[in-house]
Amino acid sequence: MGWRLPLRTALWTLRGKQPKATADMVRELSHRREVYSAVPCHLHIFPILKRLQSSEPERACSQNMDEEMNDFMGRKVSYSSQMCFIPEESTNSVPCYRLLSTHGDLLDPSSINELDKELCIEMYRKMVTLQVMDTIFYDAQRQGRISFYVTTIGEEAINIGSAAALNATDVVFSQYREPGVLMWRGFTLQQFANQCYGNEYDLGKGRQMPVHYGSNELNYLTVSSPIATQVPQAVGAAYGLKMDKKDACAVTYFGDGGTSEGDFHAGMNFAAVLGAPVLFICRNNGWAISTPTSEQFRSDGVAIKGQAYGVRSIRVDGNDALAVYFAVKNARKMAVEEFRPILIEALTYRVGHHSTSDDSSKYRSVDEIEYWRTRRDPVARLRMFLQSNRWWDDENEDLLRQDLRTQMMSVLHNAESKKKPGLSNLFEDVYDVIPQNLKEQEQETQAIVGKYPKDYPSDVPLD
Amino acid sequence: MPIVNRLCRLGRQIYGRRTFSTQTAAMKRMNLVSAINNALQIALESNPRSYVFGEDVSFGGVFRCTTGLADKFGKHRVFNTPLCEQGIVGFGIGLAAMGNIAIAEIQFADYIYPAFDQIVNEAAKFRYRSGNQFNCGGLTIRTPYGAVGHGGHYHSQSPEAFFCHVPGIKVVIPRGPSQAKGLLLASIWDPNPVVFFEPKWLYRQAVENVPEDDYILPLSQAEVICTGTDLTVVGWGAQMAILHQACSEGRQAGISCELIDLQTLIPWDKETIEASVKKTGRLLVSHEAPITGGFGAEIAASIAERCFLHLEAPVSRVCGLDTPFPLVFEPYYMPTKNKVLEAIKASVRF
Repeated sequence: MGWRLPLRTALWTLRGKQPKATADMVRELSHRREVYSAVPCHLHIFPILKRLQSSEPERACSQNMDEEMNDFMGRKVSYSSQMCFIPEESTNSVPCYRLLSTHGDLLDPSSINELDKELCIEMYRKMVTLQVMDTIFYDAQRQGRISFYVTTIGEEAINIGSAAALNATDVVFSQYREPGVLMWRGFTLQQFANQCYGNEYDLGKGRQMPVHYGSNELNYLTVSSPIATQVPQAVGAAYGLKMDKKDACAVTYFGDGGTSEGDFHAGMNFAAVLGAPVLFICRNNGWAISTPTSEQFRSDGVAIKGQAYGVRSIRVDGNDALAVYFAVKNARKMAVEEFRPILIEALTYRVGHHSTSDDSSKYRSVDEIEYWRTRRDPVARLRMFLQSNRWWDDENEDLLRQDLRTQMMSVLHNAESKKKPGLSNLFEDVYDVIPQNLKEQEQETQAIVGKYPKDYPSDVPLD
Repeated sequence: MPIVNRLCRLGRQIYGRRTFSTQTAAMKRMNLVSAINNALQIALESNPRSYVFGEDVSFGGVFRCTTGLADKFGKHRVFNTPLCEQGIVGFGIGLAAMGNIAIAEIQFADYIYPAFDQIVNEAAKFRYRSGNQFNCGGLTIRTPYGAVGHGGHYHSQSPEAFFCHVPGIKVVIPRGPSQAKGLLLASIWDPNPVVFFEPKWLYRQAVENVPEDDYILPLSQAEVICTGTDLTVVGWGAQMAILHQACSEGRQAGISCELIDLQTLIPWDKETIEASVKKTGRLLVSHEAPITGGFGAEIAASIAERCFLHLEAPVSRVCGLDTPFPLVFEPYYMPTKNKVLEAIKASVRF
């Protein structure tokens, strides 16, 4: 049966596993689509099933019109003489898991017992760090000090909440709007700055654009620009981890736009068929540069796609760090213990421009941005929660932000004052050893630079 | 179209990961398919973290190259993937990035294009872009290529030139069973991603004695198959058999051809070709792929640059036509023996 999601969710509700919808949540859902209801589509068509539905919804679903199973190789199904097209859209949108209200109230008070105070504070500190880093790097780009930058503003909760839920040995394949994962694992502000400046301390040797971070030590695969290429790669890595019997999974991040790439399809399908322990974390922030999701797909977002691949899936409020944390923590456990992929769609909003090369006010209203920046900010939401528990106060806040600003100024200055990597780095690492043609090209380049040194940057050592 | 057995020369070229000499090595009659199968078996035996996967490889492959491997090494090490080339290569990159040996199969080279992005933007740049923090050097992509008599548009292509424009990968094409085994094992163990094209026309036609041992043939090294003084003839893969016939007939006509199998297309062995052309003063390059933008152009330009004062005739290219690969017209499209022979004669007469 291909239409079980509403039922499964209905069961969650029956068993009380879903947090009760608040007025706030219902309002939000009703904005998107109709309020969630527990009756699957075809039950409206078959009255007999509808009768069974209240007591035994799952049996009603599996015992269809005909007991005789057919022998199609493509799928074992039951027959129906009723012509029923699966509607293109469920009346029941996949619900969005949330623990914190917009005002930082815990929606399921019992979950307070599962919360670690220190972890919550650390998550908050890292979210603020990410915010401050973004603001200062963004300004540095505007001043022409670095060539390019991409902010994470509005998506701090997805970055940090998910990172906190993973083990350090889990292998991360990110898109480019997830530096918080690397930050959580210990990548320093100085290391971020070194990469953006492409100086001699950049682990990537100055070869890639800013924000294309990577760290072998921290199990964070180097970012590349092509969208979604990392998705099937994460599946391959996950398969390797499974075969090596490692207690680890692979994690891949991508945006809503990334799900339109063929590589998303490839990755989801391979992961399901090959039983790879991989987490697919989609940051559905509503925009792929200027393209809104209404021009990206017509499905009920991304979470709904998981079931079609046989991948267990959940939708979470991406501006709620605690919801993201718990969803990823549980997903990770299922992935590693059951060798299965899990899809997590985190709904959020890209508050910043797509990048420093983009002016997003050309395609969306400033009011919309302001609304999300001021009223739906994930950092402010977690702060309200912490402060209401007296785990944080204004003094802590001021100290933290001041300290971060000082640190940022210092790392920027440091990164800026360092030399670039030597010219030989242009030719190395294309292969494991430098082939003859590249040796010759290096000599030719050196000869030309030697002859016209004034026409070349002075901060690149010629070795 | 039997490939001439040239094992004495092979023995000189082979250097083994394990000690190997032609005198003591056990030989076995193998066609190209069984040589490939034998190499894969050695790879799977030698490294428990090596994997073979692709469309239909589990039951033995549509060309039987992976016969028996799933039974011997298990369904988790030799397995089918969904029908999706970009997925196969992306998956292979991820597997290799974790330190595994990933041997991916693309069913026909004609269908490698969906994986072009993964090969060009990802596999080839993986080491470079990360500052050597990560690499996918354990990846080898095997794929049958070239004419097969009736393959039409999408079972005949020779897409090697597309990949030769990509720094960071290696492109390897063997001409027969012994070379296929040695070069495939070299490609599998090479710490760089390799695209390995197998001449499917020869899968069953090329039969020779192949050493049963574990050996490798060096990459980026051309092999001089027969020496000559009048003209250097360069090719690779299935075209070597055609070139061999043309050279033999040229010899009967009194023209002494030096025949060279390039074997690795990038990074290629310029020095061997250069030395040969400096001796003969003439060069002919031949491949099945269309002439415009084919790898023959790269060889012709490089050699013209390096051997300008030694050349006594323009570099000659005998290649496929600038058309899609045709069905009924295949005999006219192909760079056949007659075309090569005429070009040999024209070059010498120039």
